[in-house]
Amino acid sequence: MNARAFLVRGLLAGLLAGLAAFFVGYQVGEPHVEAAIALEDAGAADSHSHGEEPEAHSPAADEAGDEEVFKVSRDTQRTWGLLTGSLTIGLAWGGLLALVAAGTLGRIGRFLPGQSTAVISLIGFVSVALVPFLKYPATPPTIGSGDTIGHRTALYFSFLLLSVVVAVLATYAACRLRERIGTYGGVIAGIAAYLLVVVVAALVFAPVNELGDFPADTLWSFRLSSMLTLATMWGVLGVVLTGLVSRLYARETAVAQRRELAASL
Amino acid sequence: MSHSVAAPVAGAPALPTIPLRELAPWALFFGLLGTLVIFFVSADQGAVSIPAGTAIHEWVHDGRHLLGYPCH
Repeated sequence: MNARAFLVRGLLAGLLAGLAAFFVGYQVGEPHVEAAIALEDAGAADSHSHGEEPEAHSPAADEAGDEEVFKVSRDTQRTWGLLTGSLTIGLAWGGLLALVAAGTLGRIGRFLPGQSTAVISLIGFVSVALVPFLKYPATPPTIGSGDTIGHRTALYFSFLLLSVVVAVLATYAACRLRERIGTYGGVIAGIAAYLLVVVVAALVFAPVNELGDFPADTLWSFRLSSMLTLATMWGVLGVVLTGLVSRLYARETAVAQRRELAASL
Repeated sequence: MSHSVAAPVAGAPALPTIPLRELAPWALFFGLLGTLVIFFVSADQGAVSIPAGTAIHEWVHDGRHLLGYPCH
């Protein structure tokens, strides 16, 4: 068990997670992205020109004005673009998750390597994907002005960073408390502390609401599919990494036992 | 290179840990690289643009929406 072994397995898990997220995103999410863009094009026809055809959804390009505009067709955005995004994000989170799992190995209570990896994956999903989504849920194309994207991006990543930092501190606190008041109390105290901070932060952080009169059914379907995509990514990440780490540990344990046996002869 | 800590519970098998000294360079390098990759896919050419333009934003547009990152 070393850093390299974990990183390699994390990248492999990330690759599979990215592929899985792409398939779910493409199958489940893309119809709602298309529906949202169709609404935008229908609404934009009378107000302002928004790309000539639904084949190019590029609001950012609109703002670029006279500058050279990079056009990507909808077909490419939906396929290769989505695949690129899913794979790179999967690889990045896979590697980061594996290194955190490597660092917490044997340090967060009496867990076997596979068990601690599973716990870290779950904490990762909740703090990186689920909680930020609950405060600033994904929005389909059409919703969200280009003028506010700086503000919205800053809010989203501040909240994400806060959530991750508090999750790390709460996990550390739970491990320390566990030695004093037992596993049951320690874990509950850690989870309660995390929830308390993120709930207060969610109340304090500025709300983002640019929905306007966007149809609720399309919005709900899009958000559900976005959550499914994220859950798929983190689910596959956690399951694959846990499986690979468990197998590695089993193999190393078997080798060590054989060596011990050989030495005793 | 895995090191074993003394079992905190008598009779329980020792759990492997990875020394933080060994982990640090990997964590630092991949931490920076991973953060950079996530930045380019999730936030670049929205709030800040390096490089200027919209090429990256356009290319990963759908991934950005479906993975929950702010977009427009």
